[in-house]
Parts: sequence; structure tokens; C-alpha cells
Amino acid sequence: MMETTRSRKMQRSLVYNKLATGTFYGLGALVLLLILWLLFTILSKGLPGLTLDFLLKLPEDMDAGGGIGPVLFNSFYILFLSLVISIPIGVGAGIYMAEYAPENKLTEVLRICVESLSSVPSIVFGMLGLAIFAEYFQIGLTILGGAVSLAFLNLPMLARVTEEAVRAVPNDVKNASYALGMTKFQCIRTVVLPMALQGIITGICLVAGRAFGESAVILLTAGLSTSGEMWDFNLFSPGETLAVHLWYVQSEAIVEDAAQIADRSAAVLVIIVLLMNLLFRIPLWFNNRKLKK
Amino acid sequence: MSTSTQQYVPEDSVLPMKPPKERFSRYVRARMANRLIKYYFLFSILALCFVLGLVIFFIGKTAMLTFAHISFADFFLSFNWTPEEDHYGAAGIIINTLSLTALTLVMAVPVAVGLAVLIAEIAPKWIKNMMRPVLDLLVGIPSIVYGYLGLTVLIPFLRRLSGENLGDGLLAAALVLALMVLPTICRISDEAISMVPKKYREAAYALGSTRLQVMMRVVIPAAGRGIITAIIMGMTRAIGETMAVVMVIGNTAQLATTLFTPASVLTSNIVMQISNVEFDSTWNYALHMMAFLLLVISFILILFIRYLGRKGSDKA
Repeated sequence: MMETTRSRKMQRSLVYNKLATGTFYGLGALVLLLILWLLFTILSKGLPGLTLDFLLKLPEDMDAGGGIGPVLFNSFYILFLSLVISIPIGVGAGIYMAEYAPENKLTEVLRICVESLSSVPSIVFGMLGLAIFAEYFQIGLTILGGAVSLAFLNLPMLARVTEEAVRAVPNDVKNASYALGMTKFQCIRTVVLPMALQGIITGICLVAGRAFGESAVILLTAGLSTSGEMWDFNLFSPGETLAVHLWYVQSEAIVEDAAQIADRSAAVLVIIVLLMNLLFRIPLWFNNRKLKK
Repeated sequence: MSTSTQQYVPEDSVLPMKPPKERFSRYVRARMANRLIKYYFLFSILALCFVLGLVIFFIGKTAMLTFAHISFADFFLSFNWTPEEDHYGAAGIIINTLSLTALTLVMAVPVAVGLAVLIAEIAPKWIKNMMRPVLDLLVGIPSIVYGYLGLTVLIPFLRRLSGENLGDGLLAAALVLALMVLPTICRISDEAISMVPKKYREAAYALGSTRLQVMMRVVIPAAGRGIITAIIMGMTRAIGETMAVVMVIGNTAQLATTLFTPASVLTSNIVMQISNVEFDSTWNYALHMMAFLLLVISFILILFIRYLGRKGSDKA
């Protein structure tokens, strides 16, 4: 009976609707396949030749068979230093914006500052690091310069994720703590931060993942070479990281097995970034389950 | 919603001024800490602004020196970038940057918005819960890896497909960039679409609309501002991206007239040349001018997003 009452226009709309739904699903499947294929390509090219030896050995200049030891170490070292510098300031700035900032013109200006800083292209931070450390302080391309420039890049992102996490804490809870006679700082330390911690940590691992793979900044500030030693903690030695090494091997290296080294480096880079995102979340996941009980 | 509850922060004066003697130090400590920590947080945000100031100061100062040596028109209107012979015309490179961004968006936006509609409106819950982390994963892959994939997989593929000798150029760069900005645009549009109130949809369904009609005539227009914000965020990412582009664009300072002309954009030109130039040379100044241009473009885009956001909140 329904069929007879349907006008032609209505039928057309229904057909379009079906077609569109199909197209959207097709699009989604296509993108998903593309992403899986990307991961598969990276891992299948790089994983077979991946040994512990490769991860720890020194790179070779001419002969095949070099590793990525110092480069990998530098990656973690620079990441660690940059987080040490940027987390206290970035998180502090985020808390200020969420909890203290009064609603006035000055706060607007501060907010525009944070947003502008987060839109600055990474290469510009690289040039800033180059100008400050190589030109102004005359210390050349160093691990220190790379870490500080990378910290600049992390700052606005950290501030933003912290602000979001802190804002998500309900006001009821805060009011309850004020009613107990807490000062603002006591409230933040004992109520707001524990509740926002999950969001802040998730944010920090996203930032860390991005910083680990960042190459433009490091290329300009920490250089294209290493000191040639493993476990070199000296802040003033050159600090090529894994991401930059991938670029170097692809574009300039003359070793025989450059292609294999590039394949493996890319795989290592992707695996570490993915692990970073996963590992940080496992404790949170357990925490959540505890809370639910 | 919990956000509707107002927050009542006690004034410092409300706290007892003269506490009982035996607990004196505890009160003083709490109040001191309160005061000091507030200044620490203020200091952090000011440090952030200081970094922004440093960026503008250092890049801008060096950039302005360019015009002591060459004229404004030489830089912006000439297409001849041969620094070895003292020609610093950046017009071609600037136009390449703009056309690369446009090409990227033309490819990425339909797919990204379509995907956002699928995730937010059509797909059942388990697909949503699968797609969102997968897209986040795509954001997490370092840009250099995209460049490396472009160089080792995409360019040979394009070479075979087009029969060109070199696959480098705008098309390869735009394809790589499109993949990179896709998750950014998709996730923000997804959020904007999910924010559209349910009653709009129900009203449209009550009028007898099909799902496609609801999406096209109600949901997407209502989320329009959010989607535009998403596109601009994708744009800032595409304009500032360096390492992925530099590996596939060919790095030749000329105007890209076809999709397969090896070309160069602001970011790739800077990163290829800056390590080789003297600090006190016109060449270096001109490169800083390019970086300054990048800064100006991204600031304008950010201000535009703010303007959109403010207009949105006025209406609501």
C-alpha cells in the first residue's frame, strides 16, 4: 500500500539516500584500507632485517652493515630533555588559562599568543634555534640547542591539552573542596590535578610522539651528525636523531645499504611512536577499571 | 551539565587572618604556597608569550634586513630565484606554496568531510570506535615517514602512471600532504558534526526527510563553521609542513606550471638552503623573509578562526 502513495520525487530521494550511504561506507572502507596498507608497507619492508644488533651498532660511513645506535639514543635523549624543559612550563600555562585567567582583554591576548604559537610552522622554530644557539651563543649544532628548540615546539600543545583536561573537571567538586576551607592551590593540587591527570598524561604522550618524529627542527638545530659514540650524554655534542637520520640516509648517504637502513629506520620510528601512544595508556586503562569497580 | 554550576573561589581575605597559635605556621604556609604558585602559573604563561616574542623578534629582525639590499618589488614580484647571482625573486615560490595548499585541500576536504559524516552520522558505534583511534594513529606517524613513503612508493607509482621521467612535483607533494591533513580535518569536522543538537535532526526527520537530506540541508550547514575551522587547521598544517614536502617536490626554484614540474615551496626552499649560507648574507636574510611570510600567513589564518568562533558564540 505504501508503494502506491510514493511520489516519483520521493522515490528518487530514497534512491539517492541509499546511494549516498553506500558511497560514504565505500569511502570509509577505502581510507581504512589505505591506512592499513601504509602500515603494512612500512612494517613489511623494515621488520625482516631488524635485529638488536642494528639497533645498537654505530652507523658506517661507507660499508654496508651499519646500525643506528647513537642516533636512536639521541632521539630519546633529546625527547627527554625537551619534555623536562617544556612540561613544567606548558602544564603551568595550561592551568593558569583554565583556573586563574580572569575574563578580560589581557586573557584574550594571552589566548591569541598560545594559539599563534601553536600555529608556528616547525621549520620556523628550527630557524629560531639556529639563530639563538648557532649565531648568538656560537655553540654550533648541539643536543642542547635541539632539545630547547623542540621544547618551544611542545609548549603550546602542552598548554592546550592541559587547559582542556583541567576545564573538564566539574565545578561541583571544586566547590566542595573550597567549602572545606581549602586555598585555591590546595584545591588544584588535591582535587583538580588528580582528576585531570588522565587527560594531561594522554596529552603528554601525544606531544611526545610528535616530538619524537620531528625532523625539521632537529635538522637545523642539532645537525646531521653524531659524536660517533654510544651513550654520549654530553649536551654539546651534535645530536642527529632517528628521524633526521632517515632523511640523511634517503638524501645524502653513500653507504651501500642506504635503502635497507632507511626501510628499517622508518619501521623503528613508526613502531616507537605507536608504542609511545599505547604504553602511556595502559596504566590509565588499569586505573579506569579500578575506578569503575 | 556540570559546567552550568558556577565556581566560587574564596577570596584570600575570607580565609582566617588570625589563626589559633599552635596552627599558625600551617595557615601561613598554605597561604604562602597559594600566592607563590599563582605567580608561578602566571610566569609559565608569560614564558609562552615570551617564546612567541622571540620567534617574531629573531625572524622578523633578520627578515627586515632583506630590504636593505634588494627592493620590495624584487622580492615579491620577480620569479628569478638564483641566489648565487644575487637574484632573490620569491614570487614563484610563494605562488607554488599557495597552489600546493589549494591542491591539497581540493583532494583532502571532500574525503575528510565525507569520512567525518560517516563517523558522526551514519556508522554504527563499533565502526566509530574503530575509526577514531585509527585516524589518531595517522596523525601520530612522523612527517618524515610520509616523505619517505612518498619517495619510495608514490613517486615510482606516479612515474609509471604518467610516463614522466621524474615523478616529483606538485601532484606528488599534494597527495602526500592530503593524506597528512586528512585526519586533522576529519577529526575536527567530526566533533563539529557531533555537536549539532539532536532536535534539529529530529525536526528534519519529522518533516519526512531522508538521511541524506537531513545531512545535506540541516547537519552540514549547522556544523559549517566548525567544518571551516577544520579546513583552516588543515591549511596551516599543509603550509607549514616541511620534511614530507621536501622529499617529493623536486626542489627546483621555479614556478610550477604543470603538476609534474619539479618545484619548490617556502618551507622546502628554506630547509634545503639555510644550512649552507652565511648568516650575514642577503641570501640568509631572504630565507628569513620567507619564514616571516609563513609566520604571517599562519597568524592570519589563526585570527580568522578566532573571528569565526566569536561570530558563532554571538549567534548562540
